[in-house]
Amino acid sequence: MSARFERFTGTMAPLPIQNVDTDQIIPASYLKVTDRSGLASGLFCRWRYRDGDPEGERNAGFVLNQPQHQNARILLAGDNFGCGSSREHAPWALVGYGFRAVISTSFADIFRSNALKNGLLVVPVTGEVSAALFDAVAADPATRVTIDLESRTLSLPDGGEAAFDVDPFARRCLLDGTDQLGYLLKQAAAIGAFEAEHPSRLDTRSA
Amino acid sequence: MTSASTRTLFEKIWRRHLVTAGERGLPATLFVDLHLVHEVTSPQAFTALAERGLTVRRPDLTLATMDHSTPTDPSIDDAKLRVLDPEGSAQLDQLQANCERHGIPLYAMGDERRGIVHVIGPELGATQPGMTVVCGDSHTSTHGAVGALAFGIGTSEVGHVLATQCLLQHRPNTYEVQVDGSLPEGVVAKDIILAVIAKLGIGGGTGHVFEYTGEAIRALDMEGRMTVCNMSIEGGARAGLIAPDEVTFDYLEGRPMAPSGEAWEAALEDWRSLPTDEGATYDRTTTIDGSALEPMVTYGTNPGMAIPIAGAIPEDRTIEPEKRASFLKALEYMALEPGQQLQGKPIDVVFVGSCTNSRYSDLLAAANVLRGRKVADGLRVLVVPGSDAVKRQAERDGLAQVFVDAGAEWREAGCSMCLAMNGDQLAPGQYAVSTSNRNFEGRQGAGGRTFLASPLTAAASAITGRVTDVREVLS
Repeated sequence: MSARFERFTGTMAPLPIQNVDTDQIIPASYLKVTDRSGLASGLFCRWRYRDGDPEGERNAGFVLNQPQHQNARILLAGDNFGCGSSREHAPWALVGYGFRAVISTSFADIFRSNALKNGLLVVPVTGEVSAALFDAVAADPATRVTIDLESRTLSLPDGGEAAFDVDPFARRCLLDGTDQLGYLLKQAAAIGAFEAEHPSRLDTRSA
Repeated sequence: MTSASTRTLFEKIWRRHLVTAGERGLPATLFVDLHLVHEVTSPQAFTALAERGLTVRRPDLTLATMDHSTPTDPSIDDAKLRVLDPEGSAQLDQLQANCERHGIPLYAMGDERRGIVHVIGPELGATQPGMTVVCGDSHTSTHGAVGALAFGIGTSEVGHVLATQCLLQHRPNTYEVQVDGSLPEGVVAKDIILAVIAKLGIGGGTGHVFEYTGEAIRALDMEGRMTVCNMSIEGGARAGLIAPDEVTFDYLEGRPMAPSGEAWEAALEDWRSLPTDEGATYDRTTTIDGSALEPMVTYGTNPGMAIPIAGAIPEDRTIEPEKRASFLKALEYMALEPGQQLQGKPIDVVFVGSCTNSRYSDLLAAANVLRGRKVADGLRVLVVPGSDAVKRQAERDGLAQVFVDAGAEWREAGCSMCLAMNGDQLAPGQYAVSTSNRNFEGRQGAGGRTFLASPLTAAASAITGRVTDVREVLS
């Protein structure tokens, strides 16, 4: 899947919880789909809805149900966001809901990799920047930030800027709107040469 | 830094799988020796292939099984499943169709080779030292127990491997986790890994590959090593490795997909060259005294929130201020208090199973505690073997009868209540002692509360109906 990200300006939904695991982002009961659709309703559903049921009553206190954060397209989360299961349904659900980026002090490896393949930018920031953003959103939910992937900078509410790291290859793919599989397919000759030099010890069809 | 002539186990495996090394910020192209596939994380990858008119490059290096959403209730056949769980059933059908179309061997329902993907890989001898192994499942780290570089991938990457047998990867850092000493009685592999995660934190290994070393690791049998490597991901590391040794070779010899004859001898020579060289160094190192470990149990909503079973939940004042809100949120979910003891806490369910602890030795450990005893009144105990082969062996050897006689449910192989996709789940508010790997909110059923522990602790708790120190039952 190709996805593009250049620059995005918007408000943030604050989720000041550490170690948000992918089971919370999208529970296993949603993993029976055979496509990528229909996951947005399951996003954080155990926190969003009483009894976890999207048909049921909403938990008014949860950030995605608060009127002032309805239009937020940037998630501002606690440390180690996306830990646990490798399910790519997690970024699919976040993107399906409308999120364009997640800001956190740290991300789990597999989630980071999955997100960047789906146009969901992960923006790692220092603890200091994270705390300043949470404070700014608490003071004014309409606080906007700009994430610029070309310059790898996050514009801060106080007028400053914070640089962020991003895998340079994933960045190029997002800026160009190209996908990583295309890049791999172009290496067919090198892969063929590798296979010729390294005969495999295994044939899964043999048992 | 490691000098040019000395390398770690990880570096050796990494280097020999580089199709292109990657430079100037580009990722390396890493060849994959074995790609394991299951029903839940593959459908969209096959669709991506179809949309581009691509085929599976190496079906001979690909192996599929059904495990995540399969029923473990022996009375549910295909026809019943279609009614009970039409979505899950359709997903299984789709895996079957995809595998048939691309010539991928599939162990479908009823196949004697079927089981949890991370149980059958080693069991069949498909995962071997020095290999790269991937699967759309974070517990792929399990296969590192045989000295393979094994890690979980997302569905986009499943598509990449299906189409090219390769992955784009940045080289992770290395992290030696050295566990010295010999384990006291009642302390097993599961307690080691829970203690490691409690020490390093669940993000402690992010960006790294663990290599477990030390006397306590070397003394583990293969299945114990699988338990340790399995939960590497719960410490944030995508992969965990243990150097292959005679224990590994004895385990692999004669398995259906392991090399045989001259090929076995050649493989052995190669595998003996894999362990980390004397003098090679890791990016990070930590040391744990195995002789000081106790049976571990989790109290919170991530696997790092674990304590020795005789201990107490930390007081909130001992938690770093910026982590206190998440700590209290976890305890609120668990309906527990700071400073509380877990021992003696009444439970509703015991689950023995999952890719962490569902192998023969796990069932044997639990059966040895339960033999001649009864499950506590009103307690539900599920014993779910990791594979059909484990199930058959446990039935032949009388373990299944021990569980049934004690009053436990003896089920068909599958992931079952570890992630509760198949109907095996906790009711809201229930407490379980579980041998699985994740105690996340709702992981084992919406509103369910999980105490992760070893098969010994699970069996001891099954007898009393409370969180129980197995050492008290054994003495």
